[in-house]
Amino acid sequence: MKQIYLDYSATTPVKREVVDTMLPYFTEIYGNASSIHGFGQEAKSVLEQSRKSIAETINATPDTFYFTGGGSEADNWALKGVMRANRKKGNHLITSKIEHHGILHTCTALEKEGFEVTYLDVDAEGMVSLEALEAAITDQTVLISIMFINNEIGTMQPVKAIGEIAHKHGVLFHTDAVQAYGNVKIDVNEMNIDLMSVSGHKIYGPKGIGGLYIKKGIRIQNIIEGGAQERNRRAGTENIPGIVGFAKAAVMADENLEAHREKLIYLRDKLANGIMDVIPYAKYNGHPTERHPGNVNICFEFIEGEALLLSLNAKGIAGSSGSACTSGSLDPSHVLLAIGLPHEIAHGSLRLSIGDFTTEEDVEYTIESLKEIVQKLRLMSPLYDKVLKEGK
Amino acid sequence: MLYTEKVMDHFMNPRNVGEIENADGVGEVGNVKCGDIMRIYIKVEGDQIVDVKFKTFGCGSAIAASSVATELIMGKTIDEALALTNKQVIDELGGLPPVKVHCSVLAEQALKAAIYDYATKNALTFKGLEGYDPDEDHHDHDVVDIEF
Repeated sequence: MKQIYLDYSATTPVKREVVDTMLPYFTEIYGNASSIHGFGQEAKSVLEQSRKSIAETINATPDTFYFTGGGSEADNWALKGVMRANRKKGNHLITSKIEHHGILHTCTALEKEGFEVTYLDVDAEGMVSLEALEAAITDQTVLISIMFINNEIGTMQPVKAIGEIAHKHGVLFHTDAVQAYGNVKIDVNEMNIDLMSVSGHKIYGPKGIGGLYIKKGIRIQNIIEGGAQERNRRAGTENIPGIVGFAKAAVMADENLEAHREKLIYLRDKLANGIMDVIPYAKYNGHPTERHPGNVNICFEFIEGEALLLSLNAKGIAGSSGSACTSGSLDPSHVLLAIGLPHEIAHGSLRLSIGDFTTEEDVEYTIESLKEIVQKLRLMSPLYDKVLKEGK
Repeated sequence: MLYTEKVMDHFMNPRNVGEIENADGVGEVGNVKCGDIMRIYIKVEGDQIVDVKFKTFGCGSAIAASSVATELIMGKTIDEALALTNKQVIDELGGLPPVKVHCSVLAEQALKAAIYDYATKNALTFKGLEGYDPDEDHHDHDVVDIEF
């Protein structure tokens, strides 16, 4: 059966060129970058070259980019590191209700340490209000952390304006750019970004590697203690194959950014419009224009998301959902609730995320399959029944 | 895969989906907020359930549990149907993941609700309905009374 992967926001396949670039670093150039001998120095050299390559894609200098074990570690480090290092300045952190759990659960942990966190609401399209953000700043505020692009509904925040407000009040600005990096052009200087989390496996690179951009001069504590790697800031023997792969993926994404965006936006709109045209009682979530080039998120009334995913999977289509049944909790996704969807609508959500290997045929097949599946599940649903009878 | 082949079969090809016009009993349990609602219709002749249909809003295991439950009671007497437990539903499905056990409970309760409706309409009493409270919250996601 044809397999159609529409879950690029969960993770991406590693591109062949990326794998080929990584391979020698497992078996030939396997030295520890901290070692003094030739094996080590060769590894050290490629480590620094990779750092430089990635830093260039965000218009940063190499000494401001630190490798981590992934996006979640970068988020943890940014928040815990900055808040703990700046206790003298204040104890207040501002974030939003739609952040990734890498941020939200870190905030919960910080609250247990005595820090205060403001969770900003978002509007129905998932946008943070700049007025509310500015009003939330107090003389205790140390850091604002707002994600660049939301992983579920794809909404892109006005990052540059957020950074501007932060700086106007002498507050630091961190953004979780895991979904944005490789999908929009990011310039940390121009966009007023002080700290930024990125990840390898969302941009056709390997899993288990990410990074944190930390602007020069920012006070931040370590969270991983040990050896002197990453200029004494992040201990642990460097994952050289991962780092090389991440850098290759980052450079490829940067060089191909415009064509990548154009293709994704075309297919995204074709998929979203196609679905909305043929399936009634559906709601397109997120912002109409300010959104991830490959993100489609739609709620189908009267049916439940897990049943939808299983049915799609049976047709070879891989998607994801914010329904409670797929999260293992009783509530649907916090993002869908934050944009004001009632529980019963949020349970019927479907995220399809498009990527570089998606084709027009994939999109057409998905629209057709989805139409069939939604109809089948609705005919089984006692909720749809009411609608049919009332002839709404 | 999260589910057994049996669950997937009942989810993809559910038995007895639909409704019965002028059903002798209808039971509905669950709520939209939690993301699952089951409605079961029964047709009774004498003391025998001669037809049963269901409609379910919910996840894959909720649909599969409804389907299996209707199969298990088709043609049975009311007393036999009242003896159906969620454990039997789980066994028939070849097992459910612990977080999905409440789906089997809903199936058992939807059936009881349908029989209660039939009993009330016909002023009948059944031993299996003793102590049955139709307004009780059947929707306990924490039920994991499964023995491994």
